[in-house]
Amino acid sequence: MTAPRGGAPRRTGGPRDRAGTATAGRGVPAARVLWGLALALVLAWSVGPAAWQALTALKPDAQITHVPTVYLPHPVTWKHVETLWSRKPFGTYLANSAWVATWATLLCVSFAALAAAGLARMPGRGREPLLLGLLFLSLFPPILLLFPLYEGVRWLGWINHPLALILPYAALNLPLAVWVLESAFRQLPLELDEAARLDGLSALARIRRIHLPLAMPAVATAAILVFIFCWNEFMLALTFMTTDARKTVTAGIASVSGASLYEIPWGQLSAAIVLATLPLVLLVLVFERRIVSGLTRGAIKG
Amino acid sequence: MRAVRAGVWTRERALLLLPAALLLAVVVVVPVLRVLMLSVNRVELEDGFRLHLAGIEPYLRLWLDGRWWTALRNTAVFTVSSVALEMTLGVAFALVLHRAFRGRGLARALVMLPWALPTAVMALAWAWIFNDSFGVANDLLRRLGLLPHPIAWLGQPVTAMLAMVVADVWKTTPFVALIALAGLQAIPEQVLEAARLDGLSAWQRFRRVTLPLLRPALLVAVAFRAVQAYGAFDLVYVMTGGGPGGSTETVSLYAFQNYFRYLDFGYGSAVATTGVLIVTALVLALVRLARPRAEAA
Repeated sequence: MTAPRGGAPRRTGGPRDRAGTATAGRGVPAARVLWGLALALVLAWSVGPAAWQALTALKPDAQITHVPTVYLPHPVTWKHVETLWSRKPFGTYLANSAWVATWATLLCVSFAALAAAGLARMPGRGREPLLLGLLFLSLFPPILLLFPLYEGVRWLGWINHPLALILPYAALNLPLAVWVLESAFRQLPLELDEAARLDGLSALARIRRIHLPLAMPAVATAAILVFIFCWNEFMLALTFMTTDARKTVTAGIASVSGASLYEIPWGQLSAAIVLATLPLVLLVLVFERRIVSGLTRGAIKG
Repeated sequence: MRAVRAGVWTRERALLLLPAALLLAVVVVVPVLRVLMLSVNRVELEDGFRLHLAGIEPYLRLWLDGRWWTALRNTAVFTVSSVALEMTLGVAFALVLHRAFRGRGLARALVMLPWALPTAVMALAWAWIFNDSFGVANDLLRRLGLLPHPIAWLGQPVTAMLAMVVADVWKTTPFVALIALAGLQAIPEQVLEAARLDGLSAWQRFRRVTLPLLRPALLVAVAFRAVQAYGAFDLVYVMTGGGPGGSTETVSLYAFQNYFRYLDFGYGSAVATTGVLIVTALVLALVRLARPRAEAA
């Protein structure tokens, strides 16, 4: 729906452009200045807290604990980042997060693709209740599942085993992935699927050769969202991963703070926060469109 | 060809759904049933996690447990204030972003950023911002002349809750803004043009045209956000640990403490279960509230 608008010349001249905003109707220059101010505030608020960590990470210790606050680091120091990197566990945390999130995403999207392909060809009376059921399951807060999962993980001897996180992460994100994929698969022409079936392709082969390639944007969307949620998960990681060698980055960093907020070397901690969030910052900057489409589709439909 | 696919279930469809169904059964359905069962039992570490039926006793204990009531109240205060602020700010953000300008994609990506960053990690960042001696919050507010002297934000009940709400609003406003933005883009231009020709001011157009048309999308966002805020754990655990003096402890955190600090697994399950019952009631009430208005709009 934005297409014509986005394609219009960049200069936002006529009042038509501001039809939806509350600033329209005033004198044009004043409205534009106000709007520019509002945009600057919105961006500062959104980026500020993360940017502040980056600034802290680059300051020499004396400036971090200086009163009144020193805003810009001078000179910039990479000492905190280097110390953090040379200390063993942090790289391990990052690697663990990447490993767990990647496998969970693969598993989740594969299972979701199968289920979505099955659902997409179902008549509505069968499909709708199942989709609503999925939505319902996704609303349970994780604390409800935590202890029974802990019992299960202990029983299997999976404390400190990556599978203890991979399986729950894949399951907890299934509803979202199925919702995104199902609505994309349903828009594929039925005839393609039929033709492939008459050519003797199995259900799995059809999903691999038809559904996945044609709905690639939706697959990417689902994968990115699931990956972000897995990377960010904290409660299960905190409970199931007890040794430094196995901790993911969220659990690893947060347990540093557990010691005492006052003895923390804030420079290093800030560096840790920046490094843990950097992959996500890149994901958002690169895949902004995909993320937006995935989130709004899920929510508007619900 | 169609005749083959007329039924709901074919063997092929059942097989396609099977892996997902199994995974969800093991990770979600069975644990939910298990926690319900645990919640009416006493479970002790000493005799190896054996269950002793306790009936409704754990729930009676909840009723008499002042700490549970406090946690419930904290959760309610946190949920209501966060969600109210997020909705307001989210709509405002969407209005700002809803126009064509150079670099709109980048602006939208930057606004999205808080949503994508890990809560547990950013909770530390917020603890640093609200640090009593070196925090930038104190410094900024004093420079603006809004604070006469620095505050120990996380050291006092009211300001600690406030700091937590601020951090949560920061994190979740982007989600609301996205939903509202999608809603804004679905409003036909002609409707607003007609309102303009009728002589409605910008504010009147917003109140009487834009907002009612956004309502269905916003109610969905409220329902999602309320459920999530109600289950808040990461932020509280890392930022305040429930303190000072339990003044920011949420139901989720209290359940967690019962499990892994007091090793009272049955009672922890009862705490977690009541939390969910309340969320369910909340969602049902919201849906009921939303339906007639959504249809009217």
